[in-house]
Amino acid sequence: MTQAITENPGAAAPPPSPQHKGHHPWWIYFTFCTDHKVIGIQYLVTTFIFYLIGGALATAVRAELATPASDLVSRELYNQLFTVHATVMIFLWIVPAGTGAFANFLLPLQVGARDMAFPKLNAVAFWMVPPAGIMLIGSFLIEAPGSGWTSYPPLSLTNNQTGELIWILSVLLLGTSSILGAVNFGTTIIKMRMPGLSFNQMPLFCWSMLAASALVLISTPVLAGALILLSFDLIVGTNFFNPAGGGEPVVYQHMFWFYSHPAVYIMILPVFGMISEILPVHARKPIFGYLAIAYSSLTISFLGLIVWAHHMFTSGTPSWLRMFFMVATMIIAVPTGIKVFSWVATLWGGKISLNSAMLFAMGFLSMFVIGGLSGVMVASVPFDIHVHDTYFIVAHLHYVLFGGSVFGLYAGIYHWFPKMTGRMMNETWGRLHFVLTLVGFNLCFMPMHWLGLQGMPRRVAEYDPQFATVNLVCSIGSFLLAISTLPFLYNAIHAWIAGPKASGNPWNALGLEWQTTSPPPIENWEGEPPLIEDSYAYGSKPGKKSVTALKGSDLWKTPV
Amino acid sequence: MQGSTVDTSESQVLVTAESQAHGHDDHEEHPDFRIFGMILFLIAEGMIFLGLFAAYLTFRSVNAIPADQIPERELLLPGINTILLVASSFLIHPAEDAIKENDVKAVRKWFGLAAVLGVIFIFGQGYEYSQLTFGLRDSLFASTFYILTGFHGLHVMLGLGAIFAVLWRSREPGHYSAESHFGIAAAELYWHFVDVVWIVLFLLLYLL
Repeated sequence: MTQAITENPGAAAPPPSPQHKGHHPWWIYFTFCTDHKVIGIQYLVTTFIFYLIGGALATAVRAELATPASDLVSRELYNQLFTVHATVMIFLWIVPAGTGAFANFLLPLQVGARDMAFPKLNAVAFWMVPPAGIMLIGSFLIEAPGSGWTSYPPLSLTNNQTGELIWILSVLLLGTSSILGAVNFGTTIIKMRMPGLSFNQMPLFCWSMLAASALVLISTPVLAGALILLSFDLIVGTNFFNPAGGGEPVVYQHMFWFYSHPAVYIMILPVFGMISEILPVHARKPIFGYLAIAYSSLTISFLGLIVWAHHMFTSGTPSWLRMFFMVATMIIAVPTGIKVFSWVATLWGGKISLNSAMLFAMGFLSMFVIGGLSGVMVASVPFDIHVHDTYFIVAHLHYVLFGGSVFGLYAGIYHWFPKMTGRMMNETWGRLHFVLTLVGFNLCFMPMHWLGLQGMPRRVAEYDPQFATVNLVCSIGSFLLAISTLPFLYNAIHAWIAGPKASGNPWNALGLEWQTTSPPPIENWEGEPPLIEDSYAYGSKPGKKSVTALKGSDLWKTPV
Repeated sequence: MQGSTVDTSESQVLVTAESQAHGHDDHEEHPDFRIFGMILFLIAEGMIFLGLFAAYLTFRSVNAIPADQIPERELLLPGINTILLVASSFLIHPAEDAIKENDVKAVRKWFGLAAVLGVIFIFGQGYEYSQLTFGLRDSLFASTFYILTGFHGLHVMLGLGAIFAVLWRSREPGHYSAESHFGIAAAELYWHFVDVVWIVLFLLLYLL
């Protein structure tokens, strides 16, 4: 692979055309623009709007659940609300925000490239997202899908068929966008690193995107296959998944989870990478265990491909298979634990500044660990059989997806906002946002563990009155969460328009993306980008700036 | 894979007439990585087929389809089709060497021959469909059979489209050259891919 570097631009290159300098006008963001920075921001704003819509749907769900009776919305509408909520949050917010927004904005900047490998393809991939989202949310005007985001047949074959088709089309479109994005990211990371930047020197975000892109390429097409078969069942009347006609619904579950389990790593790996970038900067410490974090991303992506049936412990999966998937799933805790311990060790003895980015990064760390621990619990077959399809699962998945991914995405926004916009966000509003989010989040989801253990089933509009008080607490937490986005929105919009100007490197960071202006010029650097041999060499002596010379384990020797 | 030997040489090619014509804006200065991207995309394509094959194998093995629901399949016609498709893969391959010698005429010859065999394959498949005793909705096996062969047939048509596009573009002298021939390399790679998928499909659907 070192060959890839040596064969990069060299003496043989003909003189390049004149460099594009300056900045884009505002309206460029509404066009088919091929600049990776524009596309990254397009992704971020678009997906954040979908996040707000998904959040509104969640608030409606919680409002319904504030009382035991199904009184606010009809049962059918309730099913549609949580179905579209989950689909929007997964396919239109976390996946495209992590792999679309941040990867697009950061990867070329971090590997020292002028743009992505295939800029046009990149723009095509982005412009598939808004129509898919509008189609999905617009389905409420016709008939929304109501079979859960998993769309298990035979339910999905009989319930809301029009909505189901809209759901399939929308997800197929988003899957295609995701695959095209992964082709771009993979090529950019492997082939477009600047001369001299070896794999073991590139920022950890690139490593985690490499792992995530591999997962997208390998697993997303299988979901497409499943959805093609499902749509044939729906439209043509074949019986692939319809047991009444001799089909096998469990095959759908296998194909679905072969994508959708890796999808949780597609959602969390970019965030892992972002956290690995953010912590060293705001703790002024070298990252602890660079190689361990880098290779554990690849390990997670490999193991992530062979654990999918742990979602199907109660689907008649034979016990030998359950045993395999239980053990494989628990093993994933090892590379994940390596990362968590490395992050904690990075913070240990650091000069931590508790700004909004760092607060959200540490919020991510603590919340994700809770979700990870309940993850190991539900990986165990006997426990999972007890809590399957209860609120314990809802609590677990929100601790990893909200407490993990969304906290991480917020950390990323606070950290890279100055680079993206050239303006600083307000710290007071940011801290208020963090406190509201943290309190609202835990108020909303922590009690759900208890609800699940007591046997409250998920995806049901009414519940036993004995759960009323706790559910009310959850609902109040969710309203607090909804309110928590207001200070963020005010902060972001105000800062973007009238915030104080940001310097090129407001955090005094060593990463390559900070060694240019904020926002970067159209081709990222005026002239050649500098080669950063160790982008995590914080607090070290000037002579010790290389990955091999300075390890994170130096931390207990000189706490500078 | 033959294609991967192609791309390393291609990725060294820097700015070329073709990549400038297709590049973004007017400032293309990184090497041409399109074959590499194409390979990544084909991994994804291959996974769709793998997923469908896995589904088919599960239908056959877990709660297996009863043997009397699996109709006898005529082997002669698909056998001939297999030979044709494999032969076309061999026929298209010399085009890559030919273009490295700047021999566009030979490229047109090899691509033309491959296209003829590909078209015969599609018509053969259509004829086979017309002769089959079962329809799409008759049984789980029948549905899977049509989905797999149909989805593959769709890919053959896409490959043929690529081949015809190369034939069309190569009329213009200098469009493809020894230094710049992404279209030729990509069409060939795709054709090999379609061929490999068919071999697996043939083994699973007809012989299993």
